[in-house]
Amino acid sequence: MDGTFDSPAAEPLISVRDLHKWYSGVHALKGVSLDVAPREALGLVGDNGAGKSTLISILSGLVRPDEGEIRVEGRPVVMRNPRDAMELGIETIYQYNSMVPIMSIARNVFIGREPLKWSLGGIGWLDERRMRADSVKAIADVDLHLRSPDALVGELSGGQRQGVAIARAMHFRSKVMILDEPTNHLSVKETAKVIGFVRSLKAQGVTSIFISHNLHHVFACCDRIVAMSLGQVVLDKPMGETSMEEVQDLL
Amino acid sequence: MFLGGQNLRGVLGLLPEVALVAVGVTVLMICGEFDLSVGSVFALMPMTMAVLMVAGWSFWLAVGAGLIVCVAIGLVNGWVTIQFNIPSFITTLGMMFMARSLTVVISGGFPPRLDPAAVPSWLFVGFVGPGGLIRASFLWFLAIAAVVTLLLAKTNLGNWIRATGGFLPAAQAMGIPTARVKIACFVLCSVLAGFAGMLQVLRLGSPLPSIGIGMELQAVAAAVIGGTSLFGGIGSVIGGIIGALLIRVIDNGMVLSQVDSNWFQFAVGALTILAVVGNAWLRKRGRAMKVET
Ligand SMILES: Nc1ncnc2c1ncn2[C@@H]1O[C@H](COP(=O)(O)OP(=O)(O)OP(=O)(O)O)[C@@H](O)[C@H]1O
Ligand SMILES: [Mg+2]
Repeated sequence: MDGTFDSPAAEPLISVRDLHKWYSGVHALKGVSLDVAPREALGLVGDNGAGKSTLISILSGLVRPDEGEIRVEGRPVVMRNPRDAMELGIETIYQYNSMVPIMSIARNVFIGREPLKWSLGGIGWLDERRMRADSVKAIADVDLHLRSPDALVGELSGGQRQGVAIARAMHFRSKVMILDEPTNHLSVKETAKVIGFVRSLKAQGVTSIFISHNLHHVFACCDRIVAMSLGQVVLDKPMGETSMEEVQDLL
Repeated sequence: MFLGGQNLRGVLGLLPEVALVAVGVTVLMICGEFDLSVGSVFALMPMTMAVLMVAGWSFWLAVGAGLIVCVAIGLVNGWVTIQFNIPSFITTLGMMFMARSLTVVISGGFPPRLDPAAVPSWLFVGFVGPGGLIRASFLWFLAIAAVVTLLLAKTNLGNWIRATGGFLPAAQAMGIPTARVKIACFVLCSVLAGFAGMLQVLRLGSPLPSIGIGMELQAVAAAVIGGTSLFGGIGSVIGGIIGALLIRVIDNGMVLSQVDSNWFQFAVGALTILAVVGNAWLRKRGRAMKVET
């Protein structure tokens, strides 16, 4: 933000160049390029089918691009699966896909990254005490109050679920947090809470990419707006240089 | 009368065989898939073993080959299901016919006889308990059931199995290798079915190509009676075992009370429906109670 170019501090945390993705005939991404600066809160908006979810699925390792380059902290990376992305510090929170409803909060927090007492070839004995204690702490750290780590995620409200997902991402010290429509179907109060979470990320030095159809939500917590349409970036401006009207007109 | 020695021996002899099949089917259902080929694998594994022994193979080599056949069937079931995105119900229905056909073909039309001298029967089906009540097969069953229970409840692999069946998109998004987890469950299910079939053949002394017919649906019934959800994620090994035990007890109770044995399937069917309805009701009650507190 100091206006100097090419200084090391200005190096983007994530840099995407000319990304293409085809889904059996559908050209979902048509050469998307994007830089995300460290500690920035980026708002990603666009009509249904614009390619937002496709872009973030690629950044979270769930989908592989057909063409293009991704750099993280300046190094070119290939993410073969979500684990690769997580190891680079990229955590993603989806509206529906983040949690297993029939499992407990403690188990959900550590899905795929369970602490083990001992293991053999990657399979081992769960450290359940640590899972409970750490998940209680992680949830308290994001200012969420839940009765027990043994409660099933399916019994939580939508906002509480998002809270647990955010707590999980924070616990694993993510550098980048991607939130795909985290405020969908939430009440006004819970929406405010999620937006509060996104705001607090900046204070903790976490970069975030926030996707929403609601421009009010995006303008409430982001530093920069990127708008997509039909698989392309059509607007990329700092919050101060654009307005809700301009974005609305584009979409 | 039910607890009479002869009768109890009958139940305890058959129980490990059907319960082992139910254990494998339960784990696979928790992982979100079905296996209708277990009844055929139950017959194919011991038939493979017997045919190879007739051809001069030693017992242990023949057992190893039989188990490898089970592993291969599990791999094919899992791979085809996942690669072509087919319901496992269909994949394993096809495998049910194919494995049964193979069993009959390799038997050559008449069952080969096992040479008692070449088979260490005592290790698998020898009597170990008081009054000849408990067979070694029962101990095998207990040990395997304990290992699988712990695997499911206390290890990260168990967590992945439950997550994969509980909500596949979340499991994938969290980086769980869901395809490999599912294939591992298919393989476990096949191997347990084949091993159980071997126990039965060693107990009876000769492999028949027709054993295990109808077992696949009984195993699903056992899992469901024990509380396993048809939608995956929910269930327990102990539940599947209890389901298998209940089915055996019903079968036996009917024989004893001299009810027309054709009522057996009626009773198992009624119990299955009752269990599903009861489970749904209990879950609803459970939720209501939590809301109240
Ligand atoms: N798995 C898939 N298979 C086939 N086509 C897909 C798949 N995922 C996305 N698409 C297509 O790619 C295009 C972009 O979809 P994407 O989900 O990225 O849009 P989006 O911007 O996230 O939309 P929304 O706001 O509705 O979530 C759409 O035309 C969609 O139909
Ligand atoms: Mg989307």
